[in-house]
Amino acid sequence: MSTALNARPRRTAPRGFAFEPIFRALCFSAAITLLVTLGGVIVALAIGGWPAIAKFGINFVIGATWDPSPDHEVYGAAGPIIGTLITSAAALMMALPVAGGVAFFLVELCPTFLRRPIGTAVELLAGIPSIVYGMWGLFVFAPFFAKYVEAPLMTAAPAGSIWEAVFSGIPNGSGILAASIILAIMILPFMAATLRELLNTVPAAVRESAYGLGATTAEVVMSVTLPYVRRGAIGAVMLGLGRALGETMAVTFIIGNSHGFPKGLFDSGSTIASTIANEFNEASGLQSAALIALGLVLFVITFTVLALARLMLRTQAKG
Amino acid sequence: MIRTFIAAAAATTLIAGAGVAFAGNISGAGATFPAPVYAKWAESYKASSGAALNYQAIGSGGGKKQIIAGTVDFGATDKPMKPDELAAAGLQQFPTVVGGVVPVMNLPGLKAGQVKLTGRVLADIYLGLIKKWNDPVIASWNKGVALPNMPITVVHRSDGSGTSFLFTSYLSMGDEAWAKGPGGNDAVNWPVGLGGKGNDGVAAFVKQTPGAIGYVEYAYAKQNGMNYALMQNKAGKFVAPMAANFAAAAAGAKWGAAPGFYLLLLDQPGANAWPITGATFILMHSKQTNAQTGKDVLSFFDWAYKNGDSQAAALDYVSLPDPVKNLVRKSWKVIVGPDGKPVYK
Repeated sequence: MSTALNARPRRTAPRGFAFEPIFRALCFSAAITLLVTLGGVIVALAIGGWPAIAKFGINFVIGATWDPSPDHEVYGAAGPIIGTLITSAAALMMALPVAGGVAFFLVELCPTFLRRPIGTAVELLAGIPSIVYGMWGLFVFAPFFAKYVEAPLMTAAPAGSIWEAVFSGIPNGSGILAASIILAIMILPFMAATLRELLNTVPAAVRESAYGLGATTAEVVMSVTLPYVRRGAIGAVMLGLGRALGETMAVTFIIGNSHGFPKGLFDSGSTIASTIANEFNEASGLQSAALIALGLVLFVITFTVLALARLMLRTQAKG
Repeated sequence: MIRTFIAAAAATTLIAGAGVAFAGNISGAGATFPAPVYAKWAESYKASSGAALNYQAIGSGGGKKQIIAGTVDFGATDKPMKPDELAAAGLQQFPTVVGGVVPVMNLPGLKAGQVKLTGRVLADIYLGLIKKWNDPVIASWNKGVALPNMPITVVHRSDGSGTSFLFTSYLSMGDEAWAKGPGGNDAVNWPVGLGGKGNDGVAAFVKQTPGAIGYVEYAYAKQNGMNYALMQNKAGKFVAPMAANFAAAAAGAKWGAAPGFYLLLLDQPGANAWPITGATFILMHSKQTNAQTGKDVLSFFDWAYKNGDSQAAALDYVSLPDPVKNLVRKSWKVIVGPDGKPVYK
């Protein structure tokens, strides 16, 4: 550091030199604040959740009984953990192709006069508060989904086949699949907007050379622009996944909120965030410790997902 | 979650008309069930006395925490604290208004009040033992009613709530298996069914699911014209959920014999008593650090007892019978200031 500074050519009375240390200190303290906050959150979650973790140990994450009644007080969060992973993964699988399609269309195919309205629409979608998605999901989407998707699929499933199990549940528009779809709609604009920005960073020369060689739009996207933005694209996906993992209100309204393992796509389940949202208000003692420990579990899951993404990027970069 | 928390708190604060510094202003926090009537009372009280009430509907559990921590002048809870808990925390407790919990159903072709249920039947439905509407047990109580051959979808509250506490406590009274299993609490380990968030969440699932049964607060069932069941009360009579029947349950209760007014109005005697009735309560420190604040809080509730009945009725709450109000007023004598003298005379 100091050698680098010394190596700089000397300037006489550089403008703004006095401000430089202040600017550095400001940036440094901003970064430190972030780290300290993050560390503080982890420590607070660990301390707050410790009574539950100490009491239940590994059963807290693999146990499937969540019983807050004061006479029993057993907290095993396997149901919410599985529910979180399933809904987030399903939402990602549904949203990613659509987000990609939106981004490719906007960058490669869209007539210029349409580009701005569609882009704005995507950004607007990202700005809708999640409670609105929850209400819309419960009162508008659920009845529609029950009538036109769930009921037909359930009646169409041959008796005794695997489909009967997959499509089991209560056909009222709530449950794991419905929650995943709502989540997909919610994370779609984030991913689409980020992907579009990324695709815009591909130098026109690169893209035009590919077209010049006679590549079709699909070929340009697949073999030129997509590889170019690969690293950033994984970041965009993680952004969406992160939001899906932590999404609370919209899911709470529609997932059906039962703590067991979901048996089928239309069965009700719960997620970590929905369980915390549902019970934290009235929780005390061990129950609130268990909910805080759930928060810690969600933190760990999110961290693991991000770490895996980094790992994927690194191996890809090497290969 | 925290964002909604703040939004809800802010909304309530706005309703209660807080933020105006004025002598005699009081603050409270807790149960969501009585929040509309407290807000209404606060509005009228402010008009007549100039003193504002800032009530934050953060939930009964939160209300207890806040009053114990001393961050508010009074707490409010739907789930009364037991006398020993009150003594340990140095709190006094008294009821304000009464409400009821109503089983609501979605049964195509059947009108409100056509289906009769008992506590035992309701518990067996919520335990998942009775799975169909035309089950012989339900049919035996409903002779002449064309019960559909339809699976029962059980809907319950997903959030911890006083409504669930009353409902599950009632199921515990009527059914040994429920008492030993899920038990009575504001959140339990539901054996079957799906959870809706809040009264509107439960109502939405019930409305969207033919064959569903759920439970909501009376005001909610009434304002939404939901299909309710008649319940058998302790006297053996099947009664409808209506204000007069909640009042009957409150009137029959032996408040005088209940220390700390710890009384669940479940399954009360009385020919017309609705069996799933409950009061909502206020918590205050027995020893007030500021005598004037204690007096201000009690003056507000005294005013509400005197003048608030019609406003409560308009919002579908049931007022306490007058003898109970007088009992409560007498109980205020133990709330003392730093000098050891009662703050309310």
